[in-house]
Amino acid sequence: MTTTNETAPTLMKYVDEFRDPALIATVAHEIARTVDPARHYRIMEVCGGHTHAIYRHGLRDVLPDNVELVHGPGCPVCVLPTGRVDDGLAIAARPDTMLTCFGDMMRVPGTQGTPLELKARGADIRMVYSPLDALKLAQDNPGTHVCFFAIGFETTAPSTALTLLRARELDVRNFSVFCNHVTIVPAIRAILDSPDMRLDGFVGPGHVATITGCRPYEFVARRYGKPVVVAGFEPLDLLEGILMLLRQIRAGEAKVENQYRRIVPWEGNPAALRTLAAVFELRPYFEWRGLGFISQSALKLKDAFARWDGEVRFAVPGVRVTDPRAAQCGEVLKGVLKPPQCKLFGKECDPEHPVGALMVSSEGACAAYYRYARTAEAARA
Amino acid sequence: MCLAIPGQVVDLNDEQPLLVKVDVGGVRRNVNIGLLEDGEIALGDWVLIHVGFALSKIGEAEARDQLRMLRAMGEDELAMEEVRGYTFAADDGGERR
Repeated sequence: MTTTNETAPTLMKYVDEFRDPALIATVAHEIARTVDPARHYRIMEVCGGHTHAIYRHGLRDVLPDNVELVHGPGCPVCVLPTGRVDDGLAIAARPDTMLTCFGDMMRVPGTQGTPLELKARGADIRMVYSPLDALKLAQDNPGTHVCFFAIGFETTAPSTALTLLRARELDVRNFSVFCNHVTIVPAIRAILDSPDMRLDGFVGPGHVATITGCRPYEFVARRYGKPVVVAGFEPLDLLEGILMLLRQIRAGEAKVENQYRRIVPWEGNPAALRTLAAVFELRPYFEWRGLGFISQSALKLKDAFARWDGEVRFAVPGVRVTDPRAAQCGEVLKGVLKPPQCKLFGKECDPEHPVGALMVSSEGACAAYYRYARTAEAARA
Repeated sequence: MCLAIPGQVVDLNDEQPLLVKVDVGGVRRNVNIGLLEDGEIALGDWVLIHVGFALSKIGEAEARDQLRMLRAMGEDELAMEEVRGYTFAADDGGERR
């Protein structure tokens, strides 16, 4: 163990918790050998779960200084624009209506407050752990309309789709879905097309790929010449993923590789993809916080499900709301700024009083940075 | 948000074939297997669970990896809270004694 300590001293703080600690040190050493010290590498981890893992495990300290990790848009509540939060809360304000949402949504600020605050002011807003729980609430409360505020990427959207199929099968008429499901590939494309983004490769989203498989990321390699490695969430997974990217870059290659083979099949989950296609279609465009309008980047219910479509049933305001001027969520989401470079970070905006959604979710770059990296930096100072 | 929770199938449901009972760290709840292929799941199999649905079938070693990952991320309590919170078919759930 003394040799691993010498090669990567900062590893020791978490070495006991993980799979193959010696292997982690080997991979860290291999990364150091693979990078060209004369150049800078910018690698985007697309998934918010990866962002959380990177900060929590202090992986920044293990990587060479010239390997920069850029946090991507893969945090559902972070990319949801304030106007959509307001739309959902407008549904909650209707008489005889219950709004249901996942816990992550409860503290996301809308113009008039968070769902939690509106609940305290008397709105019937309830947290659920599954869209099926929302459907059950509708069945149990026939005099109330129950709307499910659906958020999430391809990991979550199939569950909403199957819940809608179930609602139709059971003919539950006091149930609807306010759909905010988004798809990750168009967001990656938008980032690649953005002139201020220079990236050398992508760590692909592990759990999204459980559904989508690896094929949808092939355009990144083919059309943009950037490597993608789908990776898991343990420190060894992430470091291996980064090493695989760096090796491709060194060899001048660009392909899609799967580090997370133990969980992610190359073809994804065909049954879940069929369910998605049966219920949803692509919206022509959808607004993402920080990234603006991205074409064909979000899902809406097909016309056959209009009866259960919250957006069709209720005329939501649909007003576009700009973020508070001082908050720089957009720049952080695009990876242009690191969280502490935002003027509000740790001052007006902290996890107790979040101004922007990136400070709410544990997958948000700001919350993750606030919770882990800040203390680490203070300790180093 | 994209929490994927490993659980072992401990009971099949003849009346509602899309529901199976899973054991997650001693908590037993029904989850929906409608996102998997027909006949994919047998008693004793391990699945990854997300918002009340099995997303994929995995091996036992992978399930243990996944559990360790959740612990390392400090998300194991959150995962248990989520599984305990499923109410859509909670009539016969309960804790393992």
